[in-house]
Amino acid sequence: MTTELRPIAPGLWSDDEKPHLLGGQSADGKIFFPIPEGDSGKNLSIIKLARKGILWSFTRQDFRPKPPYDGPEEFTPFLLGYIELPGQIIVESHIVGTTLEELKIGMPMEFVITPFDDSRSNFAFRPEQAL
Amino acid sequence: MSKVYIIGAGIHPFGRTEERSGRDQGVFAARQALKDANLEWDDIQFASGGSVAAGNADVMINDLGLTSVPFINVFNGCATGGSALSTAQNAIASGQCDIAMAVGFDKHPRGAFNANPAAFGLPDWYGQTGMMLTTQFFALKLQRYMQLHGISRETLGRVAEKSFRNGEKADHAWRRTPMDLDTILDSPMINHPLSKFMFCAPGEGGVALILASETKVRELGADAVGIASVAIRSRPPGSFEVFAPSMEVIDGGKPTILASKAAFEMAGIGPEDIDVAQLQDTESGAEIMHMAENGFCKDGEQEQWLVEGRTELDGTLPINTDGGCIACGEPIGATGLRQVYENVTQLRGRAGSRQVSGNVKTAYSHVYGAPGLSGVAILEV
Repeated sequence: MTTELRPIAPGLWSDDEKPHLLGGQSADGKIFFPIPEGDSGKNLSIIKLARKGILWSFTRQDFRPKPPYDGPEEFTPFLLGYIELPGQIIVESHIVGTTLEELKIGMPMEFVITPFDDSRSNFAFRPEQAL
Repeated sequence: MSKVYIIGAGIHPFGRTEERSGRDQGVFAARQALKDANLEWDDIQFASGGSVAAGNADVMINDLGLTSVPFINVFNGCATGGSALSTAQNAIASGQCDIAMAVGFDKHPRGAFNANPAAFGLPDWYGQTGMMLTTQFFALKLQRYMQLHGISRETLGRVAEKSFRNGEKADHAWRRTPMDLDTILDSPMINHPLSKFMFCAPGEGGVALILASETKVRELGADAVGIASVAIRSRPPGSFEVFAPSMEVIDGGKPTILASKAAFEMAGIGPEDIDVAQLQDTESGAEIMHMAENGFCKDGEQEQWLVEGRTELDGTLPINTDGGCIACGEPIGATGLRQVYENVTQLRGRAGSRQVSGNVKTAYSHVYGAPGLSGVAILEV
């Protein structure tokens, strides 16, 4: 089903079977996410960010945000947080496949593409699942 | 730099005033400040001020009088008031003039702030996916802080409880009804761990201050409060700030820590010398974290401080004596100057039933806001 959805924005994650978030890296090694628009993004090389990280912090959005929020009219509270991708960067992301009560700072998380609404997909992290 | 004093302070009650625009609330405060200083508008030789959502401050001359006064508009987010104060202070300290006014006002619609991603240099998807909310930032920063430093949710409730209690005693406050701890803790969740009554609400209000040189203070025989220091700092690399789709792995510090250190250094005193403090309390956790960031306690000590009532009006360091943003609401352009207004009132001993106990000699104020900037002002008598 996810394959029928178009990404919420182009260039956020890679096309691979196991997609990665895309970041920009400057000559001195500094990593940026998202890749900056305009002049500040021009001299960066595009890199794939890690698919696995650890939970840095989290919360739940319990009310429907005002625009520019563009999610489904029928609002369901959603989880979000920051995921530390070791040695790279800490990224803000929706969190799926779990509940507020199960989240703990420091727990292992993995990257996943998830539906945003009927027509678009978004990136998210979920607790790392055993193989 | 020569020393600068505050000799007049005026405030338009915070909250909701349907019949008055934000700028009119600024004019109201300006007239009150002039009266307090026993001056007329044409005595003002320099003015600076602004709002975030209620228009340009210099249009106030239409109401106050066309005296040809130079009027600098400030548009500096949450530091708008602090920047107006700093600009007016510098105009006097440099010898450009002897009497100046700093003014801040605002008027926001109900509900959480909704920011435009482009104005903050961010892509549209960040707003579309519902991650560009100030309330989330405070919850995310706090969630981590609470786990790392052992702060309980009950302590968050205690902060708000104190805010409403102090707000009851402040004529200019918006929320003036005390609320018990359980009602605060059990109010609807906004962003876990923060519930509704732990947050301030966007609101309206206006504040004006009249500043003067030492020569003028003597000439007028004014009831003056000295400005020991004003410091504004934007974010350093690697700090965690509002509206951040990502951040560096290394913790690089915080704008509040930088502004606080600079202000203490300029004033030549330390946190232990402060008698009363107004700290940015966008929500109750912000007050907790800002207690440590401004150097008043170590991380984690707040839990005990709140239990012991150390930040109450009769405590060792009263904090947010007029109920802060939680009781007064948040008109962004006015908040920084409201804190200074409250400190001036405390230092002059005019705070009535909320006057802090003891001999108040020094007062500290701190604002924080998007996209990562802090302003600190230290006053003394």
